Amino acid sequence: MAKHKTPLLDQLESGPWPSFVSDLKQEAAKRAKNEKGLELQIPKDVVEDLLGVLELSYKHGKTHWKHGGIVGVFGYGGGVIGRYCDQPTMFPGVAHFHTVRVAQPAGKFYSTEHLRKLCNLWDFRGSGITNMHGSTGDIILIGTTTPQLEEIFFEMSHNMNQDLGGSGSNLRTPADCIGQARCEYACYDTQDLCHTLTLEYQDELHRPAFPYKFKFKFDGCPNCCVASIARSDMSFIGTWKDDIRIDAEAVKAYVGGEIKPNGGAHAGRDWGKFDIQKEVVALCPTGCMKYENNKLTINNRECTRCMHCINAMPRALRIGKETGCSILVGAKAPILDGAQMGSLLVPFVEVNKDDGYQAIKDVVEGIWDWWMEEGKNRERLGELIKRQGFQKMLEAVGIDPVPQHVKEPRSNPYIFWKEEEVEGGWTRDIDAFRKDHMR
Amino acid sequence: MDQAEAQEKIVTALKAKLKSKSKFYFNDLSGILDMKPREAKKFINKMVEDGILEYWSSGSTSMYGLPGTGKQAGAEHEEK
Ligand code: HEM
Ligand code: HEM
Ligand code: SF4
Ligand code: SF4
Repeated sequence: MAKHKTPLLDQLESGPWPSFVSDLKQEAAKRAKNEKGLELQIPKDVVEDLLGVLELSYKHGKTHWKHGGIVGVFGYGGGVIGRYCDQPTMFPGVAHFHTVRVAQPAGKFYSTEHLRKLCNLWDFRGSGITNMHGSTGDIILIGTTTPQLEEIFFEMSHNMNQDLGGSGSNLRTPADCIGQARCEYACYDTQDLCHTLTLEYQDELHRPAFPYKFKFKFDGCPNCCVASIARSDMSFIGTWKDDIRIDAEAVKAYVGGEIKPNGGAHAGRDWGKFDIQKEVVALCPTGCMKYENNKLTINNRECTRCMHCINAMPRALRIGKETGCSILVGAKAPILDGAQMGSLLVPFVEVNKDDGYQAIKDVVEGIWDWWMEEGKNRERLGELIKRQGFQKMLEAVGIDPVPQHVKEPRSNPYIFWKEEEVEGGWTRDIDAFRKDHMR
Repeated sequence: MDQAEAQEKIVTALKAKLKSKSKFYFNDLSGILDMKPREAKKFINKMVEDGILEYWSSGSTSMYGLPGTGKQAGAEHEEK
């Protein structure tokens, strides 16, 4: 028998899709039974009360959570997000209901043993409710009380080799695509770069000194599986310098229908015979492909590495051999006030494991120095770039403008000539001019 | 500037503002110390470690304050 009646929430179980309400009820029932006989460290009916307060919020049309608080674990300025209910008498189980952000491993590779340990810990010291994974990428453990925080942190850091993630005005938990572990499109080892920078910038992750949040995300190729271009202040997208490798035999096999296009995806219906002209060549955004006399050619100078042709015919077309990454800056996906995509800062940089990714760290630290000094409180990097100008940022980090920074004449107002860069400067001899030109 | 001097500066400045303000952005603190952010960070980290300052977080934004000051502590039924 449910502790609180939840008619409004119950409606959310009526559709054909999975329902978080059903999930919560299942967890509530599990805690009520407590078959394993755990000494539950936070109220047994925490999930019941969560359902109750949510129902009340639906009824009132407003939230019953307060905002923020002084919680955390010793020495860390992030990783725990304090949440308190403003109806603690009605819902004592969720009077404290803090969220713990747990750093996910690079590429989200776990052993089932590790997951089981995490879940056991959370059943014991938390609500048992998890979110795998939050949009930050972290493992999100939802709902515990203040006294449990240090205990949880101790257990994770001492016995599970597991750190907390980022929150607040910190470097947020860096996130990456699965990369070279499973994906042949990966132009660099996303997991190694992500993990290395996570370790390198521990201080930035755990001790807030930024104007606001800062996110790194790593995509092995422009397919952008972690959507770094839209979701991170600094986005590392794999790319290549040389030519797309063409296997002419495999092209023939695609055209002849022996190999299924798109790696066999979208196979739910009959799309008819594969048409290389219509499905690949004509869809190339820069029009740099040709299929003539049964031969596919690419004008690689014009290719923007959009990945379309490679995705369509992965066995015939492969990324180049001279690989590295592009660095983009300034994306944000805020709830209020316009989302923004990343702008290209470094068209190509080698991703060099051997020197500890020094070239990449130089760019990162240059950007941070500028933003930490110039950024207003709660101003994201992308907003600072807009306010002071892309050119200001280039000067601050010591990168010369290149054609890739200017999208096309006039559609990017960021880059301007300065007087000292122009022969003769801005001034002219008006009398000399008037000799040839009437007023 | 050494740690003791930095601490003195921060505590004096924060106490003076306590009537109107109890939580401060990192920038406010590096401003008080008149240092570049990265340099100020070392001193401020140490003050947190020593319990001279404490963090406050909304989840998306972090702020700093003297321990136990401000509305939050009382309003959230926290002893400390
Ligand atoms: C060899 C000669 C030329 C070449 C290779 C050339 C090339 C280009 C290119 C590539 C663009 C960028 C197009 C875009 O993506 O928006 C452009 C834009 C432009 N060109 Fe030329 N151009 C040449 C001659 C001229 C001449 C003779 C004029 C004027 C009489 C001219 C006026 C412009 C203007 C006004 C734009 C800006 C268009 C816009 O912003 O929408 N160009 N040109
Ligand atoms: C070699 C000769 C020329 C060159 C290189 C040239 C180049 C340009 C460029 C670069 C612009 C864009 C300026 C800006 O957006 O700030 C422009 C705009 C313009 N030009 Fe020319 N131009 C040439 C000749 C002419 C001539 C002969 C005329 C007319 C008699 C003309 C009429 C215009 C007009 C009306 C605009 C404004 C277009 C707009 O605002 O979109 N141009 N020209
Ligand atoms: S972003 Fe590219 S490299 Fe990474 S998993 Fe997706 S397709 Fe593969
Ligand atoms: S990757 Fe994109 S731009 Fe490059 S050749 Fe293929 S379809 Fe064209």
